[in-house]
Amino acid sequence: MQLTLEFGGGLELLCDSVKVHNVHVDLQNGAEKLTMKDLLSWVHTNLIKERPEMFMKGDSVRPGVLVLVNDCDWELSGQLDTTLEEKDVVVFISTLHGG
Amino acid sequence: MEKEDSKSKKAGGRLCCICNQRRAALKRPKTLEQICRECFYEVFEEEIHQVIVENQLFKPGERIAIGASGGKDSTVLAYVLSELNRRHNYSLDLFLLSIDEGITGYRDDSLETVKRNEIQYGLPLKIVSYKDLYGWTMDEIVRVIGLKNNCTFCGVFRRQALDRGASLLKVDKIATGHNADDIAETVLLNILRGDIARLSRCTSITTGEDGPIPRCKPFKYTYEKEIVMYAYFKRLDYFSTECIYSPNAYRGFAREFIKDLERIRPRAILDIIKSGENFRISTSTKMPEQGNCERCGYISSQKSCKACVLLEGLNRGLPKLGIGRSRGHNNDGRKDGKQINGTSIESKQCGTLDF
Ligand SMILES: [Zn+2]
Ligand SMILES: [Zn+2]
Ligand SMILES: [Zn+2]
Repeated sequence: MQLTLEFGGGLELLCDSVKVHNVHVDLQNGAEKLTMKDLLSWVHTNLIKERPEMFMKGDSVRPGVLVLVNDCDWELSGQLDTTLEEKDVVVFISTLHGG
Repeated sequence: MEKEDSKSKKAGGRLCCICNQRRAALKRPKTLEQICRECFYEVFEEEIHQVIVENQLFKPGERIAIGASGGKDSTVLAYVLSELNRRHNYSLDLFLLSIDEGITGYRDDSLETVKRNEIQYGLPLKIVSYKDLYGWTMDEIVRVIGLKNNCTFCGVFRRQALDRGASLLKVDKIATGHNADDIAETVLLNILRGDIARLSRCTSITTGEDGPIPRCKPFKYTYEKEIVMYAYFKRLDYFSTECIYSPNAYRGFAREFIKDLERIRPRAILDIIKSGENFRISTSTKMPEQGNCERCGYISSQKSCKACVLLEGLNRGLPKLGIGRSRGHNNDGRKDGKQINGTSIESKQCGTLDF
Protein backbone atom coordinates (compact mmCIF):
# COMPACT_ATOMS: atom_id res chain seq x y z
CA MET A 1 0.00 0.00 0.00
CA GLN A 2 1.33 3.43 -0.99
CA LEU A 3 1.15 6.01 1.75
CA THR A 4 2.51 9.49 2.28
CA LEU A 5 3.80 10.15 5.79
CA GLU A 6 4.63 13.61 7.01
CA PHE A 7 6.53 14.49 10.18
CA GLY A 8 6.41 17.97 11.67
CA GLY A 9 6.85 20.03 14.80
CA GLY A 10 10.34 18.62 15.34
CA LEU A 11 9.49 14.93 14.79
CA GLU A 12 11.31 15.06 11.45
CA LEU A 13 14.52 15.22 13.47
CA LEU A 14 13.90 11.62 14.52
CA CYS A 15 13.93 10.44 10.91
CA ASP A 16 16.99 11.98 9.31
CA SER A 17 15.38 15.45 9.19
CA VAL A 18 13.19 14.33 6.26
CA LYS A 19 9.67 15.68 6.58
CA VAL A 20 7.84 13.82 3.82
CA HIS A 21 8.22 10.10 3.24
CA ASN A 22 6.52 8.29 0.38
CA VAL A 23 6.41 4.72 1.56
CA HIS A 24 5.13 1.32 0.61
CA VAL A 25 3.72 -0.67 3.51
CA ASP A 26 2.79 -4.33 3.03
CA LEU A 27 -0.13 -5.91 4.80
CA GLN A 28 0.84 -8.43 7.42
CA ASN A 29 0.43 -12.06 6.39
CA GLY A 30 -3.25 -12.89 6.39
CA ALA A 31 -4.36 -9.40 7.36
CA GLU A 32 -7.13 -7.83 5.31
CA LYS A 33 -6.55 -4.25 6.28
CA LEU A 34 -3.92 -1.90 7.55
CA THR A 35 -4.74 0.07 10.70
CA MET A 36 -2.98 3.01 12.31
CA LYS A 37 -1.78 0.59 14.95
CA ASP A 38 0.02 -1.45 12.29
CA LEU A 39 1.39 1.68 10.68
CA LEU A 40 2.82 3.00 13.94
CA SER A 41 4.78 -0.16 14.54
CA TRP A 42 5.96 -0.06 10.92
CA VAL A 43 7.11 3.55 11.34
CA HIS A 44 8.85 2.70 14.59
CA THR A 45 10.78 -0.10 12.90
CA ASN A 46 11.48 1.50 9.54
CA LEU A 47 11.63 5.28 9.83
CA ILE A 48 12.49 6.36 13.36
CA LYS A 49 16.27 6.52 13.63
CA GLU A 50 16.69 7.98 17.10
CA ARG A 51 14.90 8.67 20.38
CA PRO A 52 11.77 6.60 19.61
CA GLU A 53 10.39 7.61 23.02
CA MET A 54 9.80 11.09 21.55
CA PHE A 55 7.37 9.52 19.09
CA MET A 56 5.80 6.48 20.74
CA LYS A 57 4.53 5.60 24.17
CA GLY A 58 3.27 2.04 24.55
CA ASP A 59 1.68 1.05 21.26
CA SER A 60 0.40 4.54 20.45
CA VAL A 61 1.96 7.91 19.78
CA ARG A 62 3.30 9.81 22.72
CA PRO A 63 0.67 12.12 24.24
CA GLY A 64 1.22 15.53 22.69
CA VAL A 65 1.82 14.13 19.20
CA LEU A 66 -1.08 15.04 16.89
CA VAL A 67 -2.09 12.66 14.13
CA LEU A 68 -4.10 13.56 11.03
CA VAL A 69 -5.28 11.11 8.39
CA ASN A 70 -6.10 12.91 5.15
CA ASP A 71 -6.10 16.17 7.09
CA CYS A 72 -8.61 14.88 9.60
CA ASP A 73 -7.84 14.54 13.33
CA TRP A 74 -7.45 10.82 14.04
CA GLU A 75 -9.52 11.26 17.19
CA LEU A 76 -12.48 11.40 14.80
CA SER A 77 -11.63 8.22 12.95
CA GLY A 78 -10.91 5.86 15.84
CA GLN A 79 -7.24 6.60 16.56
CA LEU A 80 -5.35 3.26 16.53
CA ASP A 81 -8.29 1.50 14.87
CA THR A 82 -8.38 3.89 11.92
CA THR A 83 -8.23 1.83 8.72
CA LEU A 84 -5.86 3.10 6.07
CA GLU A 85 -6.41 3.03 2.33
CA GLU A 86 -4.25 3.32 -0.74
CA LYS A 87 -2.67 6.79 -1.14
CA ASP A 88 -3.73 8.04 2.28
CA VAL A 89 -1.74 10.90 3.76
CA VAL A 90 -0.82 10.56 7.44
CA VAL A 91 0.63 13.55 9.28
CA PHE A 92 2.37 13.44 12.67
CA ILE A 93 3.03 16.73 14.46
CA SER A 94 4.67 17.13 17.81
CA THR A 95 3.28 19.86 20.04
CA LEU A 96 6.10 19.37 22.50
CA HIS A 97 8.82 21.48 20.95
CA GLY A 98 9.39 25.09 21.88
CA GLY A 99 6.83 27.85 22.02
CA MET B 1 -13.56 13.42 -6.36
CA GLU B 2 -13.23 9.75 -5.53
CA LYS B 3 -10.66 10.77 -3.00
CA GLU B 4 -13.10 13.14 -1.34
CA ASP B 5 -15.61 10.29 -0.96
CA SER B 6 -13.24 7.86 0.65
CA LYS B 7 -12.05 10.59 2.99
CA SER B 8 -15.48 11.29 4.33
CA LYS B 9 -16.23 7.62 4.65
CA LYS B 10 -13.22 7.23 6.90
CA ALA B 11 -14.32 9.92 9.30
CA GLY B 12 -17.55 7.99 9.62
CA GLY B 13 -19.21 10.62 7.44
CA ARG B 14 -19.33 12.82 10.50
CA LEU B 15 -20.50 16.32 9.92
CA CYS B 16 -19.43 19.41 11.81
CA CYS B 17 -21.65 19.84 14.86
CA ILE B 18 -21.73 23.60 14.42
CA CYS B 19 -22.63 24.10 10.74
CA ASN B 20 -23.93 20.60 10.05
CA GLN B 21 -22.69 20.93 6.48
CA ARG B 22 -19.01 20.27 6.18
CA ARG B 23 -16.97 17.28 7.22
CA ALA B 24 -15.55 17.51 10.75
CA ALA B 25 -11.78 17.97 10.78
CA LEU B 26 -10.94 17.89 14.45
CA LYS B 27 -12.18 17.15 17.93
CA ARG B 28 -11.91 20.12 20.24
CA PRO B 29 -10.17 19.12 23.49
CA LYS B 30 -12.00 21.82 25.42
CA THR B 31 -15.54 20.79 24.48
CA LEU B 32 -15.09 17.44 22.68
CA GLU B 33 -17.10 18.93 19.79
CA GLN B 34 -16.36 17.66 16.30
CA ILE B 35 -16.02 20.60 14.01
CA CYS B 36 -14.95 21.50 10.49
CA ARG B 37 -11.99 23.66 9.60
CA GLU B 38 -13.96 26.80 8.83
CA CYS B 39 -15.97 26.63 12.06
CA PHE B 40 -12.75 25.86 13.93
CA TYR B 41 -11.08 29.04 12.66
CA GLU B 42 -14.11 30.99 13.75
CA VAL B 43 -14.49 29.60 17.28
CA PHE B 44 -10.73 29.63 17.84
CA GLU B 45 -10.38 33.29 16.90
CA GLU B 46 -13.59 34.45 18.55
CA GLU B 47 -12.79 32.75 21.86
CA ILE B 48 -9.49 34.61 21.96
CA HIS B 49 -11.33 37.82 21.11
CA GLN B 50 -13.73 37.18 24.01
CA VAL B 51 -10.82 36.58 26.40
CA ILE B 52 -9.23 39.85 25.26
CA VAL B 53 -12.46 41.80 25.71
CA GLU B 54 -13.59 40.26 28.99
CA ASN B 55 -10.20 40.71 30.62
CA GLN B 56 -9.59 44.11 29.03
CA LEU B 57 -6.15 43.03 27.87
CA PHE B 58 -5.68 46.03 25.57
CA LYS B 59 -6.88 49.62 25.32
CA PRO B 60 -7.41 51.44 22.02
CA GLY B 61 -4.27 53.18 20.78
CA GLU B 62 -1.85 51.03 22.77
CA ARG B 63 1.48 49.87 21.42
CA ILE B 64 1.85 46.11 21.98
CA ALA B 65 4.98 43.99 21.61
CA ILE B 66 4.41 40.33 20.80
CA GLY B 67 7.19 38.23 22.32
CA ALA B 68 8.17 36.32 19.18
CA SER B 69 10.41 33.27 19.31
CA GLY B 70 9.55 31.91 15.88
CA GLY B 71 7.87 28.94 17.59
CA LYS B 72 4.27 27.82 17.18
CA ASP B 73 2.65 29.78 20.01
CA SER B 74 4.08 33.19 19.25
CA THR B 75 3.67 32.71 15.51
CA VAL B 76 -0.03 31.90 15.90
CA LEU B 77 -0.37 34.75 18.41
CA ALA B 78 1.12 37.26 15.96
CA TYR B 79 -1.17 36.02 13.19
CA VAL B 80 -4.36 35.97 15.28
CA LEU B 81 -3.71 39.30 17.01
CA SER B 82 -3.15 41.10 13.73
CA GLU B 83 -6.35 39.50 12.35
CA LEU B 84 -8.42 40.47 15.39
CA ASN B 85 -6.89 43.95 15.49
CA ARG B 86 -8.19 44.50 11.96
CA ARG B 87 -11.50 42.72 12.34
CA HIS B 88 -12.55 44.26 15.64
CA ASN B 89 -10.81 47.61 15.33
CA TYR B 90 -8.66 47.30 18.44
CA SER B 91 -6.61 50.23 17.11
CA LEU B 92 -3.41 48.64 18.39
CA ASP B 93 0.09 49.19 17.07
CA LEU B 94 1.57 45.69 17.03
CA PHE B 95 5.28 44.85 17.02
CA LEU B 96 7.28 41.64 17.01
CA LEU B 97 9.96 41.54 19.68
CA SER B 98 12.59 38.81 19.58
CA ILE B 99 15.54 37.94 21.74
CA ASP B 100 18.77 36.76 20.18
CA GLU B 101 20.41 34.70 22.90
CA GLY B 102 23.33 33.93 20.63
CA ILE B 103 22.80 30.20 20.23
CA THR B 104 24.35 29.11 16.96
CA GLY B 105 22.22 26.75 14.90
CA TYR B 106 19.19 27.31 17.08
CA ARG B 107 18.31 30.93 17.62
CA ASP B 108 19.79 32.13 14.38
CA ASP B 109 17.48 29.69 12.53
CA SER B 110 14.42 30.60 14.54
CA LEU B 111 15.14 34.30 13.99
CA GLU B 112 14.99 33.66 10.27
CA THR B 113 11.42 32.45 10.86
CA VAL B 114 10.58 35.64 12.77
CA LYS B 115 12.03 37.73 9.95
CA ARG B 116 9.72 35.94 7.51
CA ASN B 117 6.79 36.57 9.88
CA GLU B 118 7.69 40.27 9.85
CA ILE B 119 7.05 40.33 6.13
CA GLN B 120 4.11 37.87 6.09
CA TYR B 121 2.12 39.71 8.76
CA GLY B 122 3.44 43.21 8.07
CA LEU B 123 4.52 43.74 11.68
CA PRO B 124 7.68 45.71 12.51
CA LEU B 125 10.34 43.54 14.17
CA LYS B 126 12.84 44.44 16.89
CA ILE B 127 15.60 42.03 17.88
CA VAL B 128 17.60 42.57 21.06
CA SER B 129 20.64 40.41 21.73
CA TYR B 130 22.29 39.10 24.87
CA LYS B 131 25.58 40.19 23.37
CA ASP B 132 24.48 43.82 23.15
CA LEU B 133 22.71 43.87 26.51
CA TYR B 134 25.11 41.80 28.61
CA GLY B 135 28.28 41.48 26.57
CA TRP B 136 27.91 37.68 26.45
CA THR B 137 26.20 35.29 24.04
CA MET B 138 24.65 32.09 25.38
CA ASP B 139 27.30 30.12 23.48
CA GLU B 140 30.01 32.05 25.32
CA ILE B 141 28.27 31.60 28.65
CA VAL B 142 27.97 27.84 28.12
CA ARG B 143 31.66 27.68 27.25
CA VAL B 144 32.40 29.12 30.70
CA ILE B 145 29.78 27.46 32.89
CA GLY B 146 29.08 24.21 31.05
CA LEU B 147 25.65 22.77 30.49
CA LYS B 148 24.58 22.32 34.06
CA ASN B 149 23.19 25.72 34.98
CA ASN B 150 22.84 27.37 31.62
CA CYS B 151 19.05 27.54 31.87
CA THR B 152 19.38 29.77 34.92
CA PHE B 153 21.19 32.32 32.78
CA CYS B 154 18.90 31.83 29.83
CA GLY B 155 15.74 32.35 31.84
CA VAL B 156 16.92 35.34 33.85
CA PHE B 157 18.54 37.11 30.92
CA ARG B 158 15.66 36.48 28.55
CA ARG B 159 13.08 37.87 30.92
CA GLN B 160 15.02 41.09 31.35
CA ALA B 161 15.96 41.30 27.69
CA LEU B 162 12.29 41.24 26.75
CA ASP B 163 11.56 44.14 29.10
CA ARG B 164 14.49 46.14 27.75
CA GLY B 165 13.46 45.48 24.16
CA ALA B 166 9.93 46.55 25.04
CA SER B 167 11.12 49.83 26.50
CA LEU B 168 13.21 50.47 23.38
CA LEU B 169 10.03 49.98 21.34
CA LYS B 170 8.17 52.22 23.80
CA VAL B 171 5.32 49.75 24.02
CA ASP B 172 2.62 49.79 26.67
CA LYS B 173 2.41 46.04 27.09
CA ILE B 174 3.97 42.73 26.07
CA ALA B 175 1.79 39.86 24.87
CA THR B 176 3.28 36.38 25.18
CA GLY B 177 2.23 33.08 23.63
CA HIS B 178 1.82 31.09 26.88
CA ASN B 179 -1.04 28.67 26.31
CA ALA B 180 -3.35 26.73 28.64
CA ASP B 181 -1.04 23.70 28.67
CA ASP B 182 1.93 25.89 29.65
CA ILE B 183 0.00 27.50 32.47
CA ALA B 184 -1.33 24.19 33.82
CA GLU B 185 2.23 22.88 33.76
CA THR B 186 3.49 25.91 35.65
CA VAL B 187 0.75 25.58 38.29
CA LEU B 188 1.81 22.00 38.83
CA LEU B 189 5.51 22.85 39.03
CA ASN B 190 4.89 25.61 41.53
CA ILE B 191 2.89 23.21 43.70
CA LEU B 192 5.63 20.59 43.47
CA ARG B 193 8.16 23.18 44.56
CA GLY B 194 6.04 24.86 47.22
CA ASP B 195 6.62 28.13 45.40
CA ILE B 196 3.63 30.00 46.77
CA ALA B 197 4.58 33.40 45.42
CA ARG B 198 4.71 32.12 41.87
CA LEU B 199 1.71 29.87 42.27
CA SER B 200 -0.47 32.87 42.95
CA ARG B 201 0.98 34.87 40.09
CA CYS B 202 1.27 32.25 37.37
CA THR B 203 -2.42 32.03 36.53
CA SER B 204 -2.90 35.80 36.22
CA ILE B 205 -3.73 36.73 32.66
CA THR B 206 -1.97 40.07 33.12
CA THR B 207 1.11 40.42 35.31
CA GLY B 208 3.56 43.15 36.20
CA GLU B 209 0.99 45.94 36.25
CA ASP B 210 2.97 47.49 39.09
CA GLY B 211 6.20 47.27 37.07
CA PRO B 212 7.38 49.17 34.02
CA ILE B 213 5.77 47.01 31.35
CA PRO B 214 2.82 44.68 32.03
CA ARG B 215 2.61 41.33 30.30
CA CYS B 216 -0.48 39.49 29.18
CA LYS B 217 -1.34 36.02 27.93
CA PRO B 218 -4.18 36.06 25.36
CA PHE B 219 -3.80 32.25 24.97
CA LYS B 220 -4.38 31.55 28.66
CA TYR B 221 -7.39 29.36 27.86
CA THR B 222 -6.22 28.15 24.47
CA TYR B 223 -5.18 24.51 24.18
CA GLU B 224 -1.84 23.69 22.64
CA LYS B 225 -3.50 21.10 20.42
CA GLU B 226 -5.71 23.78 18.87
CA ILE B 227 -2.80 26.17 18.39
CA VAL B 228 -0.84 23.51 16.52
CA MET B 229 -3.90 22.43 14.49
CA TYR B 230 -4.57 26.05 13.59
CA ALA B 231 -0.98 26.58 12.49
CA TYR B 232 -1.11 23.36 10.48
CA PHE B 233 -4.40 24.05 8.70
CA LYS B 234 -3.43 27.66 7.97
CA ARG B 235 0.06 26.56 6.89
CA LEU B 236 1.66 29.12 9.20
CA ASP B 237 5.42 29.25 9.07
CA TYR B 238 6.95 28.35 12.44
CA PHE B 239 10.15 26.89 13.80
CA SER B 240 10.20 23.77 15.92
CA THR B 241 13.54 22.52 17.06
CA GLU B 242 14.48 21.93 20.64
CA CYS B 243 16.99 24.28 22.15
CA ILE B 244 20.39 22.60 21.92
CA TYR B 245 21.14 23.48 25.53
CA SER B 246 19.28 20.73 27.34
CA PRO B 247 15.79 21.51 28.54
CA ASN B 248 14.87 21.24 32.20
CA ALA B 249 14.15 17.63 33.09
CA TYR B 250 11.76 18.40 35.92
CA ARG B 251 9.65 20.63 33.72
CA GLY B 252 9.68 17.96 31.03
CA PHE B 253 8.27 15.51 33.54
CA ALA B 254 5.45 17.89 34.47
CA ARG B 255 4.66 18.45 30.81
CA GLU B 256 4.46 14.73 30.15
CA PHE B 257 2.14 14.31 33.10
CA ILE B 258 -0.16 17.07 31.80
CA LYS B 259 -0.25 15.45 28.37
CA ASP B 260 -1.06 12.06 29.88
CA LEU B 261 -3.91 13.63 31.84
CA GLU B 262 -5.17 15.41 28.75
CA ARG B 263 -5.43 12.13 26.87
CA ILE B 264 -7.66 10.66 29.57
CA ARG B 265 -9.66 13.80 30.27
CA PRO B 266 -8.90 16.92 28.22
CA ARG B 267 -10.77 19.19 30.65
CA ALA B 268 -8.02 18.49 33.21
CA ILE B 269 -5.94 21.31 31.75
CA LEU B 270 -8.58 23.96 32.37
CA ASP B 271 -9.34 22.45 35.77
CA ILE B 272 -5.70 22.71 36.88
CA ILE B 273 -5.70 26.36 35.85
CA LYS B 274 -8.90 26.87 37.81
CA SER B 275 -7.35 25.22 40.86
CA GLY B 276 -4.36 27.54 40.53
CA GLU B 277 -6.65 30.55 40.31
CA ASN B 278 -8.57 29.57 43.40
CA PHE B 279 -5.65 29.04 45.73
CA ARG B 280 -5.76 31.56 48.52
CA ILE B 281 -2.51 32.47 50.15
CA SER B 282 -2.60 32.55 53.92
CA THR B 283 -1.51 35.81 55.45
CA SER B 284 1.34 34.12 57.32
CA THR B 285 3.18 33.40 54.05
CA LYS B 286 5.67 36.21 53.56
CA MET B 287 5.72 37.52 50.03
CA PRO B 288 8.95 39.06 48.73
CA GLU B 289 8.88 42.85 48.56
CA GLN B 290 9.52 44.36 45.18
CA GLY B 291 12.12 47.09 44.83
CA ASN B 292 14.65 48.05 42.20
CA CYS B 293 18.12 46.78 41.44
CA GLU B 294 20.75 49.18 42.75
CA ARG B 295 22.93 48.61 39.70
CA CYS B 296 20.62 48.60 36.71
CA GLY B 297 17.27 49.72 38.08
CA TYR B 298 15.44 46.59 37.00
CA ILE B 299 12.62 45.41 39.25
CA SER B 300 14.03 43.17 41.99
CA SER B 301 13.27 41.93 45.50
CA GLN B 302 16.99 42.02 46.29
CA LYS B 303 19.60 44.78 46.25
CA SER B 304 20.89 43.53 42.94
CA CYS B 305 18.71 41.82 40.38
CA LYS B 306 19.42 38.24 39.44
CA ALA B 307 20.84 39.22 36.06
CA CYS B 308 23.35 41.62 37.61
CA VAL B 309 24.47 38.95 40.10
CA LEU B 310 24.90 36.37 37.34
CA LEU B 311 26.69 38.88 35.16
CA GLU B 312 29.06 39.87 37.94
CA GLY B 313 29.93 36.21 38.38
CA LEU B 314 30.63 35.79 34.70
CA ASN B 315 32.73 38.93 34.47
CA ARG B 316 34.73 38.09 37.61
CA GLY B 317 35.32 34.54 36.50
CA LEU B 318 33.07 33.14 39.25
CA PRO B 319 30.18 31.88 37.15
CA LYS B 320 28.60 29.93 40.02
CA LEU B 321 27.68 33.21 41.69
CA GLY B 322 23.95 33.60 42.00
CA ILE B 323 23.04 30.07 40.98
CA GLY B 324 20.66 28.13 43.18
CA ARG B 325 20.15 29.07 46.81
CA SER B 326 23.10 31.35 47.12
CA ARG B 327 24.06 32.17 50.67
CA GLY B 328 26.27 34.95 51.87
CA HIS B 329 25.81 36.90 48.71
CA ASN B 330 23.29 39.61 48.24
CA ASN B 331 22.23 39.07 51.79
CA ASP B 332 19.88 41.69 53.04
CA GLY B 333 18.08 39.50 55.52
CA ARG B 334 14.94 38.83 53.51
CA LYS B 335 15.23 35.12 53.66
CA ASP B 336 11.81 34.24 52.37
CA GLY B 337 12.18 36.30 49.28
CA LYS B 338 15.57 34.90 48.56
CA GLN B 339 14.51 31.31 48.79
CA ILE B 340 11.62 31.88 46.50
CA ASN B 341 13.91 33.57 44.02
CA GLY B 342 16.69 31.06 44.37
CA THR B 343 14.63 27.98 43.68
CA SER B 344 12.16 29.19 41.13
CA ILE B 345 14.70 30.66 38.80
CA GLU B 346 16.13 27.27 38.03
CA SER B 347 12.81 26.19 36.60
CA LYS B 348 13.10 28.46 33.62
CA GLN B 349 13.38 26.27 30.63
CA CYS B 350 15.88 26.93 27.97
CA GLY B 351 14.98 27.82 24.46
CA THR B 352 11.22 27.97 24.69
CA LEU B 353 9.18 31.10 24.82
CA ASP B 354 9.29 31.03 28.57
CA PHE B 355 9.80 34.71 29.16
ZN1 LIG C 1 -18.65 23.65 10.48
ZN1 LIG D 1 20.34 44.70 37.87
ZN1 LIG E 1 18.53 28.08 28.42
